[in-house]
Formats: sequence, structure tokens, C-alpha cells
Amino acid sequence: MATVLVVTSGKGGVGKTTSTAALGVALAQAGQSTVVIDFDVGLRNLDLVLGAERRVVFDLVNVVQGEAKLAQALIRDKRVETLSLLAASQTRDKDALTEDGVARVIDELREKFDWIVCDSPAGIEKGAGLAMRFADRALVVTNPEVSSVRDSDRIVGLLDSKTLRAERGEKMEKHLLVTRYDPARAERGDMMKVEDILEILAIPLIGVIPDSEEVLKASNLGAPVTLSAPSSLPARAYLEAARRLRGETIDVTVPTEKKSLIGRLFGRRVA
Amino acid sequence: MNLLGFLQRKPSAPVARERLQILLAHERATNGRPGLTNLLKDEILAVIKKHVAIDPEKVQVKLDSQGGVSTLEIDIEMPARAKPAA
Ligand SMILES: Nc1ncnc2c1ncn2[C@@H]1O[C@H](COP(=O)(O)OP(=O)(O)OP(=O)(O)O)[C@@H](O)[C@H]1O
Ligand SMILES: [Mg+2]
Repeated sequence: MATVLVVTSGKGGVGKTTSTAALGVALAQAGQSTVVIDFDVGLRNLDLVLGAERRVVFDLVNVVQGEAKLAQALIRDKRVETLSLLAASQTRDKDALTEDGVARVIDELREKFDWIVCDSPAGIEKGAGLAMRFADRALVVTNPEVSSVRDSDRIVGLLDSKTLRAERGEKMEKHLLVTRYDPARAERGDMMKVEDILEILAIPLIGVIPDSEEVLKASNLGAPVTLSAPSSLPARAYLEAARRLRGETIDVTVPTEKKSLIGRLFGRRVA
Repeated sequence: MNLLGFLQRKPSAPVARERLQILLAHERATNGRPGLTNLLKDEILAVIKKHVAIDPEKVQVKLDSQGGVSTLEIDIEMPARAKPAA
């Protein structure tokens, strides 16, 4: 049975695309056939984060509008063969997507893949609405920052009212993914703690991704951290989140570098 | 920052947390989370009951919002010959 997972946040720039790519890789590496879809029509980026920008010929809009077949638009990852990408259009606008068209594409994908991960655009408008519309589960990406938490709360409300599942009275499973977390600042009291965010949003936690330079390096390379730096802190956090998504119960820990004196001295070379 | 300043420094995270809790309690209500509908229904019914005897089972309340416009729909089946409640 395929699972449609939407990665959403309301607020922009919190790490949706980064998380979609990193989790897509992690799920695919675990042997699950996975497709990641970029719903950010007009501002596509998932192709870039996955290093597939030069391989996009047809995109989601082409398929929705019947200008290309799904098989022509799916881009198979060269490194992880169970991972595919359906890119967004760079030239069209978000009105190019229709609800019926997206429904058809998702239905077709459900037959081919175990996981269909939808990277939502920011905002609460049409694009974000379509990205969540057909989801079975949702990943709410939140930064430890007031405006992000507020927007996430709004998104939770929309997930519970505007999705097909919600309208049918079915359960919409939601997971909180806290990203760009800095444990040291949280400890000092200058950043909300994961517990604070959890208490406010009241949806189960699926992972805490630390703020890390590795993420920028990975996007420079076009290879998500889970692929390019699998032993780095953010990668380990994503890998564990992917396992929880698949139903494993592993305690969520806030990843920190446990630096011994040796580790500190040789940390750079060892890392 | 001098040492005294460092010791007197107030952490900002608890402030963030408290502001959010207050704000979201309000926004959840106005954004139509379950709760508001029932509250409105109960209060509006209380007002109507003052004047007309109605069957609480025959009341439908729907709150919706689309494109920035929120609508509240209340459907009340009135008894054939509405009499002022005693
Ligand atoms: N854990 C992290 N540590 C450091 N930087 C990060 C982390 N996660 C994301 N970033 C950086 O934050 C920026 C925004 O990330 P990303 O593009 O994934 O966000 P988004 O939510 O998809 O944005 P948009 O709303 O514009 O689609 C990028 O520069 C990315 O490298
Ligand atoms: Mg994005």
C-alpha cells in the first residue's frame, strides 16, 4: 500500500525541500520505492538539491496537463535506484495545476511506489493546498522560532479540514519535524526547546534535525546529507526519522556532538 | 557583555513560548477549530430559546471558510406554529 506524505510548514525557508530530499533518499536506501514530487511550481528547487537539475525534461505540470506521460517525466536517481523525482515547472505558474490533474497523477504513482513524498511550497494558497490535498500523512516542518510555530499551527488546522482525508472523516496522521535546532542555544534559554514546541503544537514528534553546515554543503553538492554525509548529525537524525516513518519505535533524542577532549582536538580530522 | 550583565540576562525562549500560547489559543478559536462552532451554537440557541421553543436535535450549525471569507450557517427547524416559550 502506497503512502502519500506531504512535507509542509506554512512558513517559507524552514527546510521542507531539504527534508523531502534527505528523507526521500533515506526511505529509498531502505529499499522502499520512493518518488519525491516538487509542488513548488515556478520556484522549483528539489531537482537542484537532488543534483538532477540538468536531467529535467518534463515536469509535474506537463503530466497534469497531459503534455507528457508520467513515465517520461519521472527522473530516476543515478545513485539510489529506488528513488525517483517528479520536478516542478520553472516557467509556469501555480494555476497550471488542477485538482483533478493532480489526483490522476497521484493515483498513477500509488500503483508504482511505496512512498510518494510531496514537497509543498510555502504559504497556505493553492499550491500548498494541492500538495496536502491527497496526503495520507503529513510532516509538519517547524523551526524553533515564533513565526514558524504559529504558521505550523495554522497548517495543522488546514490538514484537519482541507484534505480529502479530513473531508471524508478519516484520520490525518501528522508528525512534527523540528529543523535547524541548536541544542546549545536552547539550553541557554535563547531558543525554544523541542518540548515547548511539542506542547504548543500537540502533534507527535518524528525527529529533531540540528542546525548544521553539512546541510549547505550537501545542497552545494546536489547530494542530500543522508547520501553525502550519512554519519553527520543531520543525516543521522533524518535516517532515524525515516525509520520512525516506517513504523519503528526509536526514542527521539536531540542529536549533539559528544566531544571528548580527544574528539575536540581531533574532531576536524575525524569528522 | 560584562559578568553582571551575563548573570542578569533573561532567557528569551520562555517569552516566546508564552506569547505563542496566548496567540494560538485565540487563533485556533477564530480559525474555526472544533470548539468555536459548538460555543456559537450553544449561545445562539440559548438566545433563540428565550423566544421560541425549539428542538435542539433539529438544529444544524456549519462554519466554513473559503478564500478568506468565513461563513456561519445555522439551520433551525421551527415548530409549525412557533409559540413563544414560557
Ligand atoms: N538543518 C539545517 N541546518 C542548516 N541549514 C539548513 C537546515 N535545514 C535547511 N537549511 C537551509 O535553510 C535554507 C532553506 O531550506 P529549504 O530550501 O529546504 O527550505 P524550504 O522550506 O523548502 O523553503 P521554501 O519555503 O522556500 O520552499 C537552505 O539554505 C537550507 O540549506
Ligand atoms: Mg522548498
